[in-house]
Amino acid sequence: MRELFRQNRSIIHQMDARVKVIFTLAFVLFLSLTPFNAWPAYILFLTLILSAALFSRLGLGFVLKRALLALPFILAAVPLIFIGPPPHITLDVFRGVQLTYSPEGLGRFASIAVKSWISVQVAILLAATTRFPDLLTALQQLRVPKLFVAIVGLMWRYLFVIVDEVTRMARARTSRSATVPGSHHHGGSVSWRAGVTGGMAGSLFLRSLERSDRVYAAMLSRGYTGELPASDTRPLSNGDRQLLALGVVLLAMLWLLGLFSGG
Amino acid sequence: MSSPIFSPLPMHIPDGFLSVLVSIVFWVISVIVIGIALRKTSRELGERDVPLMGVLAAAIFAGQMLNFSVTGGTSGHLLGAAIAVILLGPWPAVLVMTSVVSVQALLFQDGGILVLGANLFNMAIVGVFVAYAVYTLLIQLFKEQSWGVFVAGFAAAWSSIFIASLSCALQLALSGTSPANLAIPAMGAIHALIGIGEGLITAGALAFLFAARKDLLKLGEPRPAGNKGVFLGGSLIALMLVVLSPLASSHPDGLEWVAQENGFILSAKAALYNLIPDYALHGISDPALATIAAGVLGVVIVFGVAYGIARAEKRTAKQENSQR
Amino acid sequence: MNPIIEIDHLSFHYPDGKVALSEISLKVMPGEKIALVGANGAGKSTLLLHLNGIFEGSGQILIGGMEVEKKNLGLIRGQVGLVFQNPDDQLFSPTVYEDVAYGPIYQGLGEKVVREKVEQALAAVHMSDYAGRNPYHLSSGEKKRIAIATVLSMQPRILVLDEPTSGLDPRARRELIELLRELPQTMLIATHDLALAENLTPRTVVLDQGAIAADGPTAEILADESLLLAHGLS
Repeated sequence: MRELFRQNRSIIHQMDARVKVIFTLAFVLFLSLTPFNAWPAYILFLTLILSAALFSRLGLGFVLKRALLALPFILAAVPLIFIGPPPHITLDVFRGVQLTYSPEGLGRFASIAVKSWISVQVAILLAATTRFPDLLTALQQLRVPKLFVAIVGLMWRYLFVIVDEVTRMARARTSRSATVPGSHHHGGSVSWRAGVTGGMAGSLFLRSLERSDRVYAAMLSRGYTGELPASDTRPLSNGDRQLLALGVVLLAMLWLLGLFSGG
Repeated sequence: MSSPIFSPLPMHIPDGFLSVLVSIVFWVISVIVIGIALRKTSRELGERDVPLMGVLAAAIFAGQMLNFSVTGGTSGHLLGAAIAVILLGPWPAVLVMTSVVSVQALLFQDGGILVLGANLFNMAIVGVFVAYAVYTLLIQLFKEQSWGVFVAGFAAAWSSIFIASLSCALQLALSGTSPANLAIPAMGAIHALIGIGEGLITAGALAFLFAARKDLLKLGEPRPAGNKGVFLGGSLIALMLVVLSPLASSHPDGLEWVAQENGFILSAKAALYNLIPDYALHGISDPALATIAAGVLGVVIVFGVAYGIARAEKRTAKQENSQR
Repeated sequence: MNPIIEIDHLSFHYPDGKVALSEISLKVMPGEKIALVGANGAGKSTLLLHLNGIFEGSGQILIGGMEVEKKNLGLIRGQVGLVFQNPDDQLFSPTVYEDVAYGPIYQGLGEKVVREKVEQALAAVHMSDYAGRNPYHLSSGEKKRIAIATVLSMQPRILVLDEPTSGLDPRARRELIELLRELPQTMLIATHDLALAENLTPRTVVLDQGAIAADGPTAEILADESLLLAHGLS
């Protein structure tokens, strides 16, 4: 597992994380509010995000490929094609095999897929251009409770260490998953495999609990008293405010376009 | 080992699949419940608890990568709400699962951002509450038996997954993305199976912890009264979803809130038509023409930006060269 | 006699492009015990993970004449017992017995055969009394022995060990070296512990930046102060 953040020096990387967080949220909100079949608006939303990807020097391939991840979920919307709103059209597919579908349902299905795909891209852009600690600071400045931010911060600190631990455990298990010549019955029963995986999880949690004791001791030795540090509530600069306002106005315009072009 | 983080889990809804109304309603519910969890936890917070919750959240995130092959390329893995409840109790477990699900959405795009409230509701609230209700109920029932803790763990894990998936299916149905009479049985059936994997892994983890550190599994003991609410809440959620789901399946049309949202959009549109003169809208009223125009404009902009950046880079490279 | 391990021009780089192994060629005869030494990051563990196909580099590896490739991995993993540096990565069952039984059960052997193999493996590491214990509470030395037993139960012909003496107190370390001397398997041991090499393995291979820097009798290599210094071992 690797972190998505890409170290580049671009204007998007250097932007205040709060601006990026709010813009991301606004982007997904306006895109979601855009009605079905508003293709011109979708194209321009995509244009906006691809331009931002170019500005952040991530490369189009990186963002577009990563964004395909959300696609398997599209299965949930497939039924729309066949039982969407009337009218339904029947096609002769092959020698009497008929297929009934709803054009309106097909449009909704395609719209959901495309909106989802574009939304993932803006989320990728946020994660790839913002260091996680900066993102956390931004969330705290945006009034996310500091206890929650502290938990997530510690989680982040140890995430990759523990992922390595899991990787090694999985390798150790794979190393002992062997066959004997001539035998076709190997692998044990499914419930046995599940139980072994459970043992690995139990061992992982136990090691993590003990790790948290060591982390706590280390925090104490650096003067932690149980009080979490207060957040720095520096207001957004005027430039950032204007930039954000401009971005939101642009999104609102795309949404308006969507209102009139979709249906 | 290929990284299973990148195979989206079936319960992490991406953006675009829920209507804005449903997304916002579940954001509000989740924020309220998580707010209560934060208040309860910080009131009872030992100074040791922040590192404990943080590290355990990381462990659950990483533990979701552990999998076992079932058959034909499918594999079972852990979601972790039940084990979090058993190790930490309900309110801290809500916070731990909230951290896990939020980081998955923010950093790995597993689950969307606008729909995060709904995903949190399913996995960090429903999952945790139901696991807590089932676990405490069964542990009381079987407290004489040595196997009680494993049965309770298995059942808690299975029901947390199953009920959470019903909640997920209902959200999809409310949004008009997936008809209730298909989404609910399909999601329910898939997760009734996935839940078995979750249950077996949870029971296996409990077996290990039971052998190694029995003292950690203290949830079965008399608990602070404050958690009665969670117990009732969990039972109520489970009951409601179990009763509601077949009802919704048999009346799929009654659920589509999307209709209301479309109504809102239409009235907004009508209001705007009154404000903007007709001729201004003429150009975009032809959908095919507008789509082509937008396509051309989009391509021009993206190429323009790419060209501009390439030029700017060349210029800075030249300047750096001439300075040398 | 044919070599039991034959590595031919093995190269490997990490996904980020960093070279981990370059052009490694090595022949190991049955029954040989070899120390694989090198500074941190020299590629020792990476090389070991190639021997049972966890990592796949370019070049060829033969184990007992069988190529390490996808279709053979099941059999190869029964032949090559890989013991990880941290026993906690390898021990994840409620009891020692279940941990040692993992390999034979996965191989699909019957319950009686599994029991026999587990008993033999535990006897081989002198831990027969520990079958019912929980591995988590054992000492480091005991955990190491159990970890070795978890691969011995598959009756491998080759034992591959990653830093077997790390984290052990002097007595546990001495006892472990004695145990490794008793075991008849061919051994490839990645280690920083030059005294282990001196005591146990007649042959030593020095790895530096993913390439073999020296390969010869342990006594000669350990006597070559400038060689050790050049490769971060002294």
